[in-house]
Amino acid sequence: MIKLIIDKKTVEVKPGTTILQAADSIGIHIPRLCYMNLSDFNIENKPGGCRVCVVEVEGRRNLAPACATECAEGMVVNTHSIRVLNARKTVMQLILSDHPFDCLVCAKSGNCELQELAQTMGIRDIPYQGEQSTYREDTSPSIIREVDKCIMCRRCEVMCNEVQTVGVLSAINRGFTSVVAPAFEMNLDHSECTFCGQCVNVCPTGALTEVDHTNQLINDLADSSKTVIVQTAPAVRAALGEAFGMKPGTLVTGKLVSALRELGFDYVFDTDFAADLTIMEEGAEVLDRLTKFLNGDKNVKLPILTSCCPAWVKFFEHQFPQLKDIPSTARSPQQMFGSIAKSYFAEKIGVDRKNLVVVSIMPCVAKKYECTREEFSVDGNPDVDYSVSTRELANLIKRANIDFIALPDGDFDNPFGESTGASVIFGTTGGVIEAAVRTTYELYTKKHLDKVDFKQLRGMEGIRSAKVDFNGLELNIGIAHGLGNARKLLEEVIEGKCAYHAIEIMACPGGCIGGGGQPYIHGDTSILKARQKAVYEEDVNKTLRKSHENPYIIRLYEEFLGKPLSEKSHNLLHTHYFDRKKEIIIE
Amino acid sequence: MAKQIKMHLLVCCGTGCRASQSATLQKALERELKTNGLEDEAKVVTTGCFGFCEKGPIVKVHPDNTFYVEVKPEDAEEIVKEHVLKGRKVERLLYTDPKVKEHVPDSKHMGFYRKQIRIALRNCGLIDPENIDEYLARDGYQALGKVITEMTPESTIDVIKKSELRGRGGAGFPTGLKWEITRKSKSDQKYVVCNADEGDPGAFMDRSILEGDPHVVLEAMAICGYAIGADKGLIYIRAEYPLAIHRLKIAIEQAREYGLLGKNLFNSGFNFDIDLRYGAGAFVCGEETALIHSMEGERGEPTFKPPFPSVEGYLGKPTNVNNVETFANVPIIINKGADWFKTIGTEKSKGTKVFALAGKINNVGLIEIPMGTTLREVIFEIGGGIKDGKKFKAVQTGGPSGGCLTEKHLDLPIEYETLVAAGSMMGSGGMIVMDEDDCMVSVAKFFLDFTVEESCGKCSPCRIGNKRLYEMLDTITKGEGTMETLDKLKNLSKVIKDTSLCGLGQTAPNPVLSTINNFWDEYVEHVVDKKCKASVCKSLMRYVVIPENCVGCTVCARNCPVNCIKGERKQVHEIDQTACIKCGACYEKCKFNAIEIV
Repeated sequence: MIKLIIDKKTVEVKPGTTILQAADSIGIHIPRLCYMNLSDFNIENKPGGCRVCVVEVEGRRNLAPACATECAEGMVVNTHSIRVLNARKTVMQLILSDHPFDCLVCAKSGNCELQELAQTMGIRDIPYQGEQSTYREDTSPSIIREVDKCIMCRRCEVMCNEVQTVGVLSAINRGFTSVVAPAFEMNLDHSECTFCGQCVNVCPTGALTEVDHTNQLINDLADSSKTVIVQTAPAVRAALGEAFGMKPGTLVTGKLVSALRELGFDYVFDTDFAADLTIMEEGAEVLDRLTKFLNGDKNVKLPILTSCCPAWVKFFEHQFPQLKDIPSTARSPQQMFGSIAKSYFAEKIGVDRKNLVVVSIMPCVAKKYECTREEFSVDGNPDVDYSVSTRELANLIKRANIDFIALPDGDFDNPFGESTGASVIFGTTGGVIEAAVRTTYELYTKKHLDKVDFKQLRGMEGIRSAKVDFNGLELNIGIAHGLGNARKLLEEVIEGKCAYHAIEIMACPGGCIGGGGQPYIHGDTSILKARQKAVYEEDVNKTLRKSHENPYIIRLYEEFLGKPLSEKSHNLLHTHYFDRKKEIIIE
Repeated sequence: MAKQIKMHLLVCCGTGCRASQSATLQKALERELKTNGLEDEAKVVTTGCFGFCEKGPIVKVHPDNTFYVEVKPEDAEEIVKEHVLKGRKVERLLYTDPKVKEHVPDSKHMGFYRKQIRIALRNCGLIDPENIDEYLARDGYQALGKVITEMTPESTIDVIKKSELRGRGGAGFPTGLKWEITRKSKSDQKYVVCNADEGDPGAFMDRSILEGDPHVVLEAMAICGYAIGADKGLIYIRAEYPLAIHRLKIAIEQAREYGLLGKNLFNSGFNFDIDLRYGAGAFVCGEETALIHSMEGERGEPTFKPPFPSVEGYLGKPTNVNNVETFANVPIIINKGADWFKTIGTEKSKGTKVFALAGKINNVGLIEIPMGTTLREVIFEIGGGIKDGKKFKAVQTGGPSGGCLTEKHLDLPIEYETLVAAGSMMGSGGMIVMDEDDCMVSVAKFFLDFTVEESCGKCSPCRIGNKRLYEMLDTITKGEGTMETLDKLKNLSKVIKDTSLCGLGQTAPNPVLSTINNFWDEYVEHVVDKKCKASVCKSLMRYVVIPENCVGCTVCARNCPVNCIKGERKQVHEIDQTACIKCGACYEKCKFNAIEIV
């Protein structure tokens, strides 16, 4: 152990501990800006770039960045001497001098770490005025880059390059003109960006935000010629409460439904219903491939990969196009919902699909992009018109003067409001595959499954593997969340290092609960764990916990689809993938 | 029987002299020797830099040390017919001592060389850098043979430690200690890296060594490899140094051919080979962590130390990074011993230092002086004093990261510590001399312009702070500064030094602080009196006609590019201040001293 003194307090720490961590451990909060530690995922960003966390170390010539300086025996540290306070304030004033002053209209206002820090530090003037760096705005279907607001913290780079291994964002240019941008300064939309939104999640300022669809939604809700229906994803109900000051992990399903109704949606539906539908199709596909495989069919491709996550889909289209016939062809729940809504439901209520607006509430920003994919539209009319993130919904509820906390619990509308526990756990890593196992087990073994909790599939480890006993047949399941982990797992599969029957992949760390559209966690990964717990809690509370038991699903097949993998199903609920390797456009 | 070569004509073929046709000159000399049937008696040798770049191209005759300056290709005939054939020096091509106005017969009597001791540059201007045999004839690779066959890695490090050689790249870290730390780092693979990313504006010490004596660097790197336990060397060199790259490639090939690089050197089982890595010319890549990232194909920006490269460097392996000039000192230390080396220099700074002398000085060029030489000796003896008899004002050492020293510092001995104590630094060896016509605010602004451009952008004080320093200096030179600007300038400079991540940011404000400390009155004059005494800041000066002197010749009006001078012939003229662009054309052209700067 190493003993040192910080602000006259003695502290003992393990070798390798930084001054920042040591100070945190004894309740001394050194201001920080570029530093980020997502401890549960072993993700740390400490480039030592912002220089806000500088402290005075006795005997050292210059000030030391607390985030990157390791403690040494006998060190004497002062975190708020006049020298430190002046330096820190000057550095902050410099950063602010190169930042647009549009806080009043900035999407990040109120959630901006730079703004909060400036307030905490009591900065009331910016004496060092001068030229501000400017860069063109870049808008994609999901993410807006306002690089003028970038403070070069490099967190997005860590997420994009190290965590997700997408490798789109990195620092370019030098000195005052340095910015974070895709290679050759191409637009995000032309790059290999998967729109996972993890960069948005960690950006301390408004440099990276999601495309805002709330104004379009307000207009559509006010348009009497349109029928506006909404679907809401499982992970939303486990996080929305945070935006209203509720404890992380509080389930707000009932309040969410009431809020959506008050906003004026004509029908409030649940994406969970579509998740059950996904399991019906994907489960049937698994069973089909598995049976063929066991019967010695050499053409069958295993493992089957899940396909619910649009960022993951775009990832393999760019990075592993050779694998494009391995993933399940089942569309994501969002798109299954859209396609059924604009066919079966539109017909049922006698509304032309052009006058039916399908909106989704998603924990995700990649879903915005998914809505725009051409194959998910009919004659130019998209199956899902647009997607709104959890954060945008929270903002909209506040704008509509709704007292969210005081709302009574409401119920979803039918026919797409009923769902099972299996669909709820779609919101977390391991959930989709567990839901699939619950259904395929019964389909394959023709036996009733008593114990539906497959604990071996759960957890927060980035890559997991588990075995599930299908009445004597041992099924190997792989799970990865975070695209970097997905890459690792896929490479192992390609190299033949491991043999799986099925693999679940979610692009975001933690799965959809940690999606790019969720309320900001500001580095507190315990919030994700609380959300995960809430999702499993909702599962337990459900009467029905297997997708194929959902009565409205059964009725949908009876009335409309026939059976899973039927021709109608293929047309409406399945899709195909593209080789996007050569699609990169350099302007 | 072939006659013996009695005379060598050494022609400088460094980048500077080549730009003045020295390659053509070399061919002309060879042609003349042939025409006169002298090719068996005299030989033309293309060498690296002699250092006296002010008067290039240089031809030095060996063995009599005759030193011809500003030689043109058409002078070849006379040199051969007179000097080689008849043994008579070509007087008109000899260097003229500006003080006594007499021709100097040989280099030994030139003020420029008298106080120099050439260790790192010992072969520059003497041998043909493209011929390994010439290097071998000057004890080349003897030190490598010695360490491999007679010494252990530890005793090799010991010699370097005892010599007290310090890094010549700027910071002056003890070289032997660096080697020792790298040796002690346990790893299956280690690297020796030569930092040839010379970036100071106007400095060309490393380039000249690589162009004039590439083998010395290769030999030293192999010695270092043996000492630290590395079998791979990499030279990080900027792509803007094509001649140095060309000569390094030749040298590496020749050394491999001779078995001095590659496998099993001197039959000892020790392997060592060297490759080149090209830099794109970013100043910050001279910082060792940034250099390593650049070699790895990453963005060239520094990272926090520790881990030091000696522990975790190139590709995560222990890496010893030394500068070109540091390496150039190594073989001779091994050959002559640490005690010999320690006789040169001062208590804390041993050996010599190479400087690129530039600015308002008579003898612009490359010099190597023993540590402890005073600035006065360098500027007034070696440098031959200030150009055009002007008054000395300041000298900037340490490149853009250094500081401006003044009259009162002239007798300071040049050492690492004394320069830092005076508010400047050794740096890699840039030395820029300024005279009374230089405005110190503009000088600070010039250097800041460079650092703003060269900052990597990683840390905020350097990225934004230096930009703001530049902008404040700019307002001062435009007459828009106030005393408050000066206060802000001082505070910001201190904070940037105190908080920046790497050496670039930590030293970038030095030109500002040193000029504020040494030329405070000049700053005050700019902000309070709105005057620039040196008449450099255009916004602070006006050209006006002195009516008493003006004869109305109209020359000024005819030469004014913006037609802002009005006046009839034989009438007093007047300059329209609102239109004047302060180009100074009228001032230059007026024969009657009728225009003054106020």
